[in-house]
Amino acid sequence: MIALKNVSIVFNPGTVNENQAISNINLKINEGDFITVIGSNGAGKSTLFNLIAGTIVPTQGSISLNDRDITREPEFKRARYIGRIFQNPLLGTASNMSLEDNMMITYKKGFKWLKRSLNNRMREYFRTELLQLKMGLELRMKENLAMFSGGQRQALTLLMMVLSKPDLILLDEHTAALDPKNAQIVLELTHKFIQEYKLTSMMITHNMSHAIEFGNRLLMMDKGEIIFDVQGEEKKALTVEKLIEKFHQIRHKTFENDRTLLSDD
Amino acid sequence: MIEGILVEGLIYGIMVLGVFITFRVLDFPDLTVDGSFPLGAALMVQCILLGTNIWLALLVAFVGGVLAGVTTALIHNHLKVPNLLAGILTMTMLYSINIRIMGNRANVPVLKEETILSRVTEMFGDKIPEEYILLIFFLMVVIIIKVLVDLFFRTDLGMTMGAMGNNEQMVISQGVNPKTLKTIGVGLSNGLVAISGAFAAQYLGFADVGLGQGIIISGLASVMIGEFLVMKSNRIGVLTLCAIAGSILFHGVMYLGRYYGYLIQMTPNDLNLIKGVLIILLLVVTQSKKLKKVAIKAVVDK
Repeated sequence: MIALKNVSIVFNPGTVNENQAISNINLKINEGDFITVIGSNGAGKSTLFNLIAGTIVPTQGSISLNDRDITREPEFKRARYIGRIFQNPLLGTASNMSLEDNMMITYKKGFKWLKRSLNNRMREYFRTELLQLKMGLELRMKENLAMFSGGQRQALTLLMMVLSKPDLILLDEHTAALDPKNAQIVLELTHKFIQEYKLTSMMITHNMSHAIEFGNRLLMMDKGEIIFDVQGEEKKALTVEKLIEKFHQIRHKTFENDRTLLSDD
Repeated sequence: MIEGILVEGLIYGIMVLGVFITFRVLDFPDLTVDGSFPLGAALMVQCILLGTNIWLALLVAFVGGVLAGVTTALIHNHLKVPNLLAGILTMTMLYSINIRIMGNRANVPVLKEETILSRVTEMFGDKIPEEYILLIFFLMVVIIIKVLVDLFFRTDLGMTMGAMGNNEQMVISQGVNPKTLKTIGVGLSNGLVAISGAFAAQYLGFADVGLGQGIIISGLASVMIGEFLVMKSNRIGVLTLCAIAGSILFHGVMYLGRYYGYLIQMTPNDLNLIKGVLIILLLVVTQSKKLKKVAIKAVVDK
């Protein structure tokens, strides 16, 4: 579906701060894939997401969707078929607006016109969908989002993104800023939605057991490269130990380093 | 006296609505206002002198203001100029443009010409006491504009604009170009400001190139006074009402300064200082209120 061909990106080229964040990545995301992405800080995971989402344009290479070149398509246009959730739970919703207004804005992608779509039928629809979250939010439709917890807001962002039926969803450590209990709830919801709606998705995580437990494919990144891409039966057979072992084989690094690189918290 | 304050507050209240849209809804501090206010006045007066239909003249003023706002937004969007600077650029250019519109004069009177106000006074002069005609007229005008603004911000487009002021990433994630929203919003805001300028010129009996000087500060002070009235609301109707009430209160304070300021050795030249001090005072009070809230919350949380 989405394919990256020889994609590289260099930040601040020609200066002392020159930084090759992604070097020559080739990646083909197939329809129905649930890919988990692991790697140390600075490995280029978020940069990879930024490239796919269109926040940044690669210095080299091309990105295509179903054979259509989208390398230079701006982020807001790609957002119509690529959904993204950030680590910061505040980025997905507007704090100074009510829950129903937020849902009205997010339920359909694309430019909004001079039409008032929020009516009682929409409210009823939103209420039924909110029931899926089992958080009691359906009783708080008129409250401002500022009154909601990070976990509730992230769950809401997730729900609204799923309802807009994107072709691909990008989850950028979307549970990392939540407390353990909420992180667990949001993660379970993610899993449930991806299965139910058969979503093609990519998820960055720092938690190795999550990376192994979820998804049908796993990418390991280091220094701007994908060093390990595994799927199917081979992925199912993975354990945390095997993953660390694998990392050694490829990178010849010491274990002390890896503990911080691929922490298993 | 009181009708004077109310009428002034209402006329400038239209401008305050514009400032409210940019500063509070869009989070786009727009200084074009200092230029688009006299632009509205200049266009209105010049159209009246040319003998254009007076309602058409008002429309011309509105469109002129929209174009001024759109210019600022385009400079900001496409040349990556900070929004403050983009506004100052347009405002500076408008100074020359306004003089040109007024036929290379800095001040053009319309005392003897037929204006919207003179026509209204003529129409109802025998039924309503004269001093109340303008008050009722402007009350109606402002209510109509306020309702239109409220309706706009309850549409899908308006709500998305509100969300952008709060969280630009969210709007991008919904597949909407924030640049387009900013252009529409800033344009609309300056259109309102120009209408306010057009009415001010008719009320004062002249258009002057210096009419807009420091108007943004008056607008901002009015918005802040209005916010002071209501602690917090997410209802656009309440917020716009506060902005208008803020404008009236602000003009009340200014009136006192103008007519009774001499008691404390104040001259009309000190008014700008008073406006600034007023804003600073409001900032201090809101800040301490917020701090108090945080302190109470901390105690409760313990």
